[in-house]
Amino acid sequence: MKKLRKKVYLTAGYNTISLGTGRSEFNPKKSRPGIEHYIKEAGENLLKKVGGPDKIDEIVIGNFMAARFNKQAHLGGFSGIIDKELEFKPAIRVEGACASGGLALLTAIKNIQTELSDTILALGVEVQNSVKAIYGADILAGAGWFQKRRNGHAYFFPGQFSDRAAAYYQKYGFDYARKGLGQWFVNAIENARLCPTAQEYENKVPDLHALYQSRKPDGRFFVDDLTVFDCSKVSDGASSIAVVSEEGLERLGVSKDQAVEVIGIGHRVRNITEDPPDMVELTTIKKAAHDAMEMAGITIDQLGTIETHDCFSIAGVLATEALGYAEPGKGAGFVAEGNTSREGKVPMNTTGGLIGWGHPTGGTGVHMAVTIWEQLTGNAGKAQIKLSDDKPYGMTINMGGDDVTVVAAVYKKAE
Amino acid sequence: MEYAERLENVSVLGAAGKMGSGILLLTAVEMADLSLLPENKNKVFVLNAIDVSQPGLKGLMNYLRSQVLKIAEKKTVMLRKMYGDRDDLAENRDVIQQYVNDVMSVIRPSTRMEVAYESKLVFEAVAENKALKVKLFRQIDENNENKPWYFTNTSSVPINEMEKEAGLEGRILGVHFYNPPAVQKLVEIIKTENTLDEVHEFALVYSKKLRKVVVPSSDFAGFIGNGHFMRDALHGIREAEELSKTYSYPESIYMINKVAQEYLVRPMGIFQLIDYVGIDVVNFIMGVMNPYLSEEELHHPLLEKMLELEVRGGQNSDGSQKDGFLKYEKGRPVAIFDPDQKAYVEISGIKDKCDEILGPLPGEQVSWKKAVRLKGEKKDEVLTKFFNALKNMDTTGAEIAIRYGKRSKDIGKQLVESKVAFKEEDVNTVMLTGFFHAYGPINQFFD
Repeated sequence: MKKLRKKVYLTAGYNTISLGTGRSEFNPKKSRPGIEHYIKEAGENLLKKVGGPDKIDEIVIGNFMAARFNKQAHLGGFSGIIDKELEFKPAIRVEGACASGGLALLTAIKNIQTELSDTILALGVEVQNSVKAIYGADILAGAGWFQKRRNGHAYFFPGQFSDRAAAYYQKYGFDYARKGLGQWFVNAIENARLCPTAQEYENKVPDLHALYQSRKPDGRFFVDDLTVFDCSKVSDGASSIAVVSEEGLERLGVSKDQAVEVIGIGHRVRNITEDPPDMVELTTIKKAAHDAMEMAGITIDQLGTIETHDCFSIAGVLATEALGYAEPGKGAGFVAEGNTSREGKVPMNTTGGLIGWGHPTGGTGVHMAVTIWEQLTGNAGKAQIKLSDDKPYGMTINMGGDDVTVVAAVYKKAE
Repeated sequence: MEYAERLENVSVLGAAGKMGSGILLLTAVEMADLSLLPENKNKVFVLNAIDVSQPGLKGLMNYLRSQVLKIAEKKTVMLRKMYGDRDDLAENRDVIQQYVNDVMSVIRPSTRMEVAYESKLVFEAVAENKALKVKLFRQIDENNENKPWYFTNTSSVPINEMEKEAGLEGRILGVHFYNPPAVQKLVEIIKTENTLDEVHEFALVYSKKLRKVVVPSSDFAGFIGNGHFMRDALHGIREAEELSKTYSYPESIYMINKVAQEYLVRPMGIFQLIDYVGIDVVNFIMGVMNPYLSEEELHHPLLEKMLELEVRGGQNSDGSQKDGFLKYEKGRPVAIFDPDQKAYVEISGIKDKCDEILGPLPGEQVSWKKAVRLKGEKKDEVLTKFFNALKNMDTTGAEIAIRYGKRSKDIGKQLVESKVAFKEEDVNTVMLTGFFHAYGPINQFFD
């Protein structure tokens, strides 16, 4: 069984707001901050928490498609705008579609293992409202195989997961499945209302179940088997967190009760040119999550909270099955019964997840880690959940493409 | 002749105008969609955009390109299916650009009437001038071997007369779009005594494919839409005239405009609507309609006075509102014209006084924006409650509003009695869809 050779801690997490429809600051007709603003805001606020730029050895930026959304590549070169003092330090941008943020963390964790760095600023960012959604769909389709784009849906990724939903409906029943997906949506919005940076923070719809049911999937306007309420929105945002060694933590002067330790990681990648082996199973998530738990030496019964990649409600439900909380086909029931809500057996996506908090694609993996860090260290504000002693661990599952790249990690409060 | 065949060669006269450009846009999209059907692959579809103004045509082409792009962006799901056999079109962007090219390639801008000589269908959207329209119809008909059909967008010129004078023998039909045609759902269809069945049937199919709401109307001056609007406007002007015996002109206009909007729960006040359409256009249409009305006088000297002072309203080419009875800043009224002083008076200076004269609105206010979103019984309930409350108020505003609502209903009924409209429901449909009213004029609210 593989183990991390050096202890790795996370601290000083920060999220910008997730900007897009739903936020009162968002006006599609007015110009908005560019990607530079988000990198700067997320970076600067982390530096404030750790005591300045001289404490940082290197910078890792996770980003998916700035090259098309913002016509900007070479994001490592932007570390100098966070602070002049960061200029000439090592910086790299990593990419794995919507798992880019997870890969930024993983890259930082591995670089700690090399002992070449002790303190790393890990940052994930995406600014997607720069183009209309119909063109954004083209850009996001880059997370799949381009040769399949021609025959894909106009909204390519909603189309991919709509097909997964259709397979689930067919195998286990439409009404049964929709109950689970609807509850997933309701949980997401209710949790987001507790988090001031969430895209759905200002959502005031009184009856969310009625809202969810007010739309039926209709392929004439959108995809065949999902509605917009099953989908994460288009978001601009960035998140940052410090990835540090034991020595690094001391250098930052951060006490251990403000840090979490990464005790297990899993990283698996499926062949992008092939269809998923099973439409109703997230196979790569299953493998990566298993790896992370095995490395951590824990079982799912010891997990107090999970951030999982619900780019679509169906992905949330399928994750409960991939993790082993529910048998195949029972995930929708597991969610519908409230097991994943903030008072449930295993609270998931406690600040709203991708559907409620938002999904700035390349930033999401880092945002997940920030949320787990907040929950485990008591920094989650109104979104704070109570963790019991027998379930002290947190987990993140960050997915790129249709279950192609997955980065999973298990965390515990630093001791 | 089949539907698609009829649309193989079409001309729009007055293509650069507000109505012409909209009709052109919708027709170009319909023709391009036809051209993309497998059975039409070998046909060439031609849409002549004819206008006297070269700068107008230049502006038209820019307008069309931007509008077609928006349309394509909205129907990309469908376009991907339409271009299903094109392996070179992978991304939405590729599909959208191809569609814009395909629609634009149907359109041929020209200042020469001769290009219409090959058309099978001619849309007419030139100025509301009978002699001009008849001249154009004659010219095309004498030189065109196809016996083309003529769809006139006139809103006030009797179509039977044009048919007779141009010798069109049943090949003309009123197809009256509302402004702007690309947005407004309503189309009034007006047959002459001779209009051929196939012409009428084609127009119904065409309107349906454009997803329009069709209301039939008789060929009587102004049809349903203007038949109501012109009389309704005249009522408002007369009410203001009456008030002006006691108050200043700007105060009177402010009050009637406010009553028509807020007390009657309409999208805009009556003077703002006159400005929107254009004082000159309103006056002109009244002038066209008036000779055909034996029992009423559709005319008001105030309109002529405004025009003499060169206050016209209407819209700039970018769609922004020109000053008329009201002066606008960013589309909102800020001042009101005083024809005696020949100057605008700030609304802020007269508002408080006028609002006090009118009295308050019922406690539970109902905005047009809210009312228009309600449906069925719920809408009826909310409006009944609001207007009942209004009826129980002993204020100047309520009194004017109730009188206005009753007059509006009388106008509607008059349109049915005089057989301009075939039924009451049609009058209501026109006001609901063509004028965005929240409720039809024929109702029980003011009884």
